Amino acid sequence: MSYLYFPGCTLKDKSASVMEKTALLAAAELGLPLEEIDEWQCCGAVYPLADDELITLVSPSRTLFAAKDRPVVTLCSACHHVLKRTRERLAADKDARDKISSFLEEEYPGEISVLHYLELLRDELGWDVLKDKIKMPLEGRRLAAYYGCMLLRPAEEMAFDNPERPRIMEDFLQALGAEVITFPFRNKCCGAYLAVTEKQVMEDASNNIVKMALEYGAEELTTACPLCRYNLEQTPAAKEGKIKISFFSEPLAEALNLEVQEVTS
Amino acid sequence: MQNQGNTVSKLHSEIKERSGQDFYNCIQCGKCTAGCPVLSAMDLLPREVLLCLQMGEEEKLLSSKTPWICASCFTCGARCIKDIDLSRIMEAIRAKILRPRGATCLSPGEIPKELLEKLPQQALVSGFRKFTR
Repeated sequence: MSYLYFPGCTLKDKSASVMEKTALLAAAELGLPLEEIDEWQCCGAVYPLADDELITLVSPSRTLFAAKDRPVVTLCSACHHVLKRTRERLAADKDARDKISSFLEEEYPGEISVLHYLELLRDELGWDVLKDKIKMPLEGRRLAAYYGCMLLRPAEEMAFDNPERPRIMEDFLQALGAEVITFPFRNKCCGAYLAVTEKQVMEDASNNIVKMALEYGAEELTTACPLCRYNLEQTPAAKEGKIKISFFSEPLAEALNLEVQEVTS
Repeated sequence: MQNQGNTVSKLHSEIKERSGQDFYNCIQCGKCTAGCPVLSAMDLLPREVLLCLQMGEEEKLLSSKTPWICASCFTCGARCIKDIDLSRIMEAIRAKILRPRGATCLSPGEIPKELLEKLPQQALVSGFRKFTR
C-alpha cells in the first residue's frame, strides 16, 4: 500500500526541511512509499476550539477529502493534531460535515485514516522489523524523547498513546539502539506560539524541560514538532551545545546509515 | 450564586455555546492550575477563570491576561476530574474579544524583524490564528 503524505507549511521551510528530507529517505529505505498530496494547503497549525468556527475546518477538510481511501501520513505533530481532530469532528458532527461538504462541493469520503509517521512505524512496520533494518545502532547515545502536547492530547481524539505515560517514542529510540532516557517533563508544553507574543514565558517553559532532560542525563532531545524544536533550541543549554535538539527522523536516518545531503537546519 | 444580569447571561450563553463546556461543573479542585505550564505569567489562575464565570465576574474575565497566556496545551482538560476542557473556554473568551470588527491582539508590525526571520512558519500561523480574528 502507498500512503499519502501531507507535509504542511513548516516542512517546506528551512527550519524543518531536515525532518522532511530524513523522514522521506528513511521511508523509502523501509519500504513505506509516501506520495505527497497534490496542491495541499496549510492545515491552519491550530485546531479551531470554538464550536461555531467552521471556516477554519475547511482547509484541513480539503486534505481529508483528497485522501479518499488512502491513509494520510504527517510528520509535523501540529498537522497531525489538526487533521486527526478535524477527522473526528467530521465523523461525529453531521451538521458540520454537511456544511463543509457543501462548501467544498465534494462528497464526504467516509472513513479516513490519519497516521503520524511514528504510528506508521509502530503499527504498519513494527518495531522488530525496524530494528532488523538498522545498520548503525546508536549504541551508547543517551537520547530522550520530547512529545510536547499535540501528539498526545486530547487523548480520546488523538488516540496516539497514553497521554501521561507515553512510550511510542521511547520504543522507537530503543529500536534505533540508543540508550533511552525517560524524563518527567517529556509531555509538558514548551510554550508553543507564545514564542511570537510572550517570548519570556516560552523561554521559561522550554528551559524547565531542557534542564530536566539534562538532569536525567540526556545528551539529545528529539521531537516531532518544528515549533517545539525551535523553542527548545532557544534555551541557554541548547545554545551552549550542552544538549542537541533534533527531529526524530534525524537519528532514524543516522541509524539507517542514510546520507542526507543539502540540509541546512 | 448565579448572576442573572442580562449582559452576564449573554456572555454565559455565548461562552457555553462556543466552548461546549459547562463551567458550573467545576468544583475548584485546582488540578488544572497545578498542571499549567505557563501559570506564573497569568493574572487569573485557570481555576479562577472558571470561578469568574460561575460568579458572573465578566469584567475581570474579559480584562484578564490569562486567556492570552494560555498556550492551548490541553493539559488542564486532560487532568480535569469533571471533564471540563478549559482550553475551549479560553478560546471562547478570546473569540469574544477578537471577533468584533477592528479587534486584534497581534499585528505583523509588532513582531521584531529579527524574530520574524527566525521563527518557524508554524509559530506565525498559529500565533496569528490565535491572536487575530
